Amino acid sequence: MANHDIRLTVRRGTVHALCGENGAGKSTLMKILYGMQKPDEGTITLDGEQVTLHSPGDAIARGIGMVHQHFMLADNLTVLENVVLGAEKLHGIGGKARAKIKEISDAYGLAVRPDALVEDLGVADRQRVEILKVLYRGARTLILDEPTAVLVPQEVDALFGNLRELKSEGLTVIFISHKLGEVLSVADDITVIRRGTTVGTAVPSETTPKQLAELMVGSELPSPETRESTVTDVEMLKVDGLHLSATDPDGVVRAVLDGISLTIHKGEVLGIAGVEGNGQAELVEAIMGMRDPDGGTILLDGTDISHAPTRKRREDGIGYVPEDRHRHGLLLEAPLWENRILGHVTEKPNSKRGVLDNKAARTDTERIVREYDVRTPGIEVTAASLSGGNQQKLIVGREMSHAPKLLIAAHPTRGVDVGAQAQIWDQIREARREGLAVLLISADLDELIGLSDTLRVMFRGRLVADADPATITPEELGSAMTGAATGHLEHTEEAEETAADGGDSPAAESGESAEGEETASGEDTAKGKKNASGEESAKGDDTAGEGDEK
Amino acid sequence: MKKFDKNKVILGIAAPLLAIVAAMVITSVIIAATGKDPFHAYQVMIEFGSKADSQVWIINKATPYYLSALAVAIGFRMNLFNIGVDGQYRIAAFFAAAVGGALALPGIIQIPVIIIVAMLVGALWAGIAGLLKTTRGVSEVISTIMLNAIGASVIAYFLKDGRLAVKEGNLVHTTYLPDSAHFFEIPTTPKPIYGFVIVAVLAGIAYWFVLGRTRFGFDLRTVGQSESAAHASGVSVKRMVITAMLLSGAMAGLVGMPTLLGVSYNYGTDFPAGIGFTGIAIALLGRNHPIGMVAGALLWGFLDRTSTQLEFEGYAQEIVGVIQGVIVLCVVVAYELVRRYGLKMQQRKVGEELAAQARKSEKAEVSA
Repeated sequence: MANHDIRLTVRRGTVHALCGENGAGKSTLMKILYGMQKPDEGTITLDGEQVTLHSPGDAIARGIGMVHQHFMLADNLTVLENVVLGAEKLHGIGGKARAKIKEISDAYGLAVRPDALVEDLGVADRQRVEILKVLYRGARTLILDEPTAVLVPQEVDALFGNLRELKSEGLTVIFISHKLGEVLSVADDITVIRRGTTVGTAVPSETTPKQLAELMVGSELPSPETRESTVTDVEMLKVDGLHLSATDPDGVVRAVLDGISLTIHKGEVLGIAGVEGNGQAELVEAIMGMRDPDGGTILLDGTDISHAPTRKRREDGIGYVPEDRHRHGLLLEAPLWENRILGHVTEKPNSKRGVLDNKAARTDTERIVREYDVRTPGIEVTAASLSGGNQQKLIVGREMSHAPKLLIAAHPTRGVDVGAQAQIWDQIREARREGLAVLLISADLDELIGLSDTLRVMFRGRLVADADPATITPEELGSAMTGAATGHLEHTEEAEETAADGGDSPAAESGESAEGEETASGEDTAKGKKNASGEESAKGDDTAGEGDEK
Repeated sequence: MKKFDKNKVILGIAAPLLAIVAAMVITSVIIAATGKDPFHAYQVMIEFGSKADSQVWIINKATPYYLSALAVAIGFRMNLFNIGVDGQYRIAAFFAAAVGGALALPGIIQIPVIIIVAMLVGALWAGIAGLLKTTRGVSEVISTIMLNAIGASVIAYFLKDGRLAVKEGNLVHTTYLPDSAHFFEIPTTPKPIYGFVIVAVLAGIAYWFVLGRTRFGFDLRTVGQSESAAHASGVSVKRMVITAMLLSGAMAGLVGMPTLLGVSYNYGTDFPAGIGFTGIAIALLGRNHPIGMVAGALLWGFLDRTSTQLEFEGYAQEIVGVIQGVIVLCVVVAYELVRRYGLKMQQRKVGEELAAQARKSEKAEVSA
């Protein structure tokens, strides 16, 4: 059962945040509101009228639009083409459509260029195109599924600016997130979901992140903070002058990694900050042996592995928690125990002399499920039917089970709920205490600052800056990530003041709540309410697996 | 956990059963549309197909079908569509026949030599497609189809009197294999069963063991399920593509052997063709499962056998071809339906069990 007894009321012209742990059922609820799944029981009321949504088409026709977590854009088409795709009937595909796009873009300050190729756009631009796509189809209610997961702080602020613009034009935004700070700074109302049901609502001006977290998980907010330093002077990974070039689709050879040098000691966590697409993925793949560097050396525990095959590196003690667990970390349609073998097929207990030991692998999978708290009814279910957090716990458990010397953790807690996040952080900290070297790549700056012993910033394939995690703030790190600052980042008092204020959010917040009240009084009729409540009995046959975030 | 396994077995059988029932319904409609009685046709098929000589005939026919299905299945398990089994087994059988006809060694050496030549030639022919895929990115579907045509031309070139063949009446064929190269037969009445059926069984066991129980097989299946995950886990995808094509081709090399070593003793213009394509249908029908494909191969043999008898009874002979075609279509559809249903059911089950656990722990918290 993914959802039961959900009660959600969203007022028109507000930003309504929906927060909850991963796997709590947020996405399932949104799928129901967007017509992708049908509820077994309960009703959805839109503008005072009870509606039944059979498909996303129905939802769009009623003015509900969705911006998915993973963008659904064709890279090789222009913005204009992407926007009109599937909606050709509205304004054609030519001048009229272009004019309409311009009009929407100007009205909400989206700054979208209709003729730019999508592949040339950055993540934040793509997201604005997605929002525009939805508006173009006439949406009055927008659902945004974890929109900030891929953005740097500055981009998040810009997005929030857009959302406020939308709100002031009378549109309604449902904002899904589990980042509490963001939720508090942008939302007018907050609804918290836990274990498939709504457990409470909150008013941002009267709520602290801590209280919200307690509502979400029923326990205290975990912190990524690392207390004592365990860094030793034994070098575990030494990368020197690493260079990798790649040919982009136009046939131009570009250096995606240029002069990368870094050293990770035993017991050290080295964090790499950077906007996605600046070479972090390539750096990981070069260290894992999935790409062959054309210059520089990689030493693991004193041995040169610059050109060794991936399997050899894994056997030599590199553990890998990949960025995209569906593509690189799991066989989605295979049972859990086969996923336990994946990547370690040559190692104990999975095989002996070339022959698989299925029994031992199964037994060991059961141990991982137990020790790493993977919530599953058994090890014969497919990996696809687990929630994202549980899939990640299985991967972390698998990689830790082979006593790695170096762990490469790329976005280890992305799309993972607060509970699982705390466990994964604990496991990384514990292994670090026992002398593990960790290369941490993350878009979550709090995670980076909290877990790392050393911080480096990556920009356009180079390590451009370094910082001391003990003093640096996310905002300072953010400016280096956009290339605005280089070298050793010194923490300044001035910056701290702005940081402590949390930017302009308090001011905006008060303004918002005032505005929210106004809207509420003006719209506090049945007509202005959008009411969704679904109930499921115990026999409810909603699928849980699909309800889980990726 | 037992419950899941039971469901798995039921779902596994449900798909082919569903496919065959659907195929029967559709063919019944077609037979009825031609103005004949469909049920009489089935009765004729069952009666004739279960006779002793039919049984032997079916097993002998099923042996190359099964080997062909294995060759195709090796490719399928790693997402390679080897359409070229047909060309591979023919060119393999041709050169094996030519080598075998030119040698006169004791059987214990002669037979293995012929078989090994066939496997090598088959592997080589399939390996070309593998090489093209890894070095130039040519789809194996295209290259293996092309290689079928090229293989046929190569055979046509050499299969001429004075080159690698001799003329006998209207037929042109390679020189007869010496008696020492005749494979043993299992003496059954009224006709013997080819001894090669033993080799087919061994090949099936080897297929099961290598793919299901070894590291290599795990790597191969990993590539089939997700190339990106295989790459990240340390499998060289390119090397695996070539290896799988070589193995598939070597297996294809065996397809022509029951005929060559047990019936014709030469490769001539009348050498059976098209078994490679039948293998694709059987691999689909048998779900790449070593036992499933046995059932598929036997079913195909049964249908082939009964088609002639249907003609005697006044039915169009093509009706069996229609049944076979309809079965394959139904199989593809049925598997997809059952697979989706299975995944959905499993996800629901996971959800239910987790919700039950959560409720239990919640209650425990409350009472605590």
